[in-house]
Amino acid sequence: MYDFQYVKPSALENAVKILSDNDAAKAIAGGMTFIPVLKQRFSQPSVVVDLSGLGLSYIRREGDTLVIGAMTPHGVVAASPIVQQAIPALAYLAGHIGDRQVRYRGTIGGSLANNDPSACYPSAVLALDATIRTDRRDIAADDYFQGMFTTALEPGELVTEVRLPVVERAAYVKFPSQASRYALVGVFAAKTAAGARLAVTGAGQDGVFRHRAFEEALEKSFSASSLDGIDTPIDMMNTDIHAGAAYRAHLVSVIARRAVDIANA
Amino acid sequence: MPQINLTVNGQSSSAEVEGRTLLVELLRDKLGLTGTHVGCDTSQCGCCVVQLDGKSVKSCTFLAVQADGATVTTVEGLTAPDGTLHPMQEMFRKHHALQCGYCTPGMMMSAINLVETHPDGLTAEQIRHAMEGNLCRCTGYHNIVRAIEAAWPLMQAGAAQTAT
Repeated sequence: MYDFQYVKPSALENAVKILSDNDAAKAIAGGMTFIPVLKQRFSQPSVVVDLSGLGLSYIRREGDTLVIGAMTPHGVVAASPIVQQAIPALAYLAGHIGDRQVRYRGTIGGSLANNDPSACYPSAVLALDATIRTDRRDIAADDYFQGMFTTALEPGELVTEVRLPVVERAAYVKFPSQASRYALVGVFAAKTAAGARLAVTGAGQDGVFRHRAFEEALEKSFSASSLDGIDTPIDMMNTDIHAGAAYRAHLVSVIARRAVDIANA
Repeated sequence: MPQINLTVNGQSSSAEVEGRTLLVELLRDKLGLTGTHVGCDTSQCGCCVVQLDGKSVKSCTFLAVQADGATVTTVEGLTAPDGTLHPMQEMFRKHHALQCGYCTPGMMMSAINLVETHPDGLTAEQIRHAMEGNLCRCTGYHNIVRAIEAAWPLMQAGAAQTAT
């Protein structure tokens, strides 16, 4: 790992300023992706800005909205009675990210800022039609995810919290890679006030995506059988050493059915 | 270089570290606590797990400078000064939960944190899910799960005794 200067600001505006003023400054949230990236020398920041002193770890409910601070670790989300009551599928999702040690450190904001194409959280945020609040604006989930490891965030812009609408029913099902526990395919299905939404992670060539054909079918009838006969385009699927495109497309259908069944249970 | 202060196995320590120094490097190379192992160095195997402020963390994926002010326990901190083994160590021995022993420090540190955070009980299924971040290439895990199940009542009894 290349050396860097470590700073831990205690005010959000200071963190934003350091990151905005210096192209070679990088933020560290839980570090569960970023530290391995540094070790492999994929990134060579001159300054690493630790976001853990900004008071961004919190969970609260505001009416029909669940609000989760960006620095809230996965394990805290998983164990939170507020989350379990408001959106149990989200607590389940958080409790199955990585492993227990990762869940102590990894954060929702870090996961969303990184937008790994196999990360779990992006599927929930997209399917729940959540809003990503940053130091300067609110971004709708539909506008936020812009392809693998790419988001609407500007240089120096920091996620401060995620605002998730409480929905009628929802479920997340993950088919994990046996080695990494990342989603080979993960599906978050939700029946929201705005209609049926279903987002897929792990499978798409361009990262997380909404499965519009499935959504239209679920809009008519929110049941697994309504997905019968609807294909997932193979040319949209990712291919790597873990799975081919055709296998992933098949898994999307299987896992989506399971998710809808669990949401209805 | 930043100067950090932390408590390791009950003793105050201070050290100068670079920004890039990992917690496991501080423990092994500067403090000489080589019981904490580096297996994969890619955050997957769990050999390097230590307890930090009541949480089990992978010390190969944790900057030393982030441990400033923290309380850390490593495998060297488990055995009592008179040589009495920690219940988790005793149960790992009794149930033959190790063969080569390389993963054992991380296994025990994860398992101890698991038991400490589950005072109401632990099923074998919960143990298997919770220990996913610790890999063992020798034992096939059955004896590790048995050892943790057996250590649970001993540790809870010990905690109750300490509390009274």
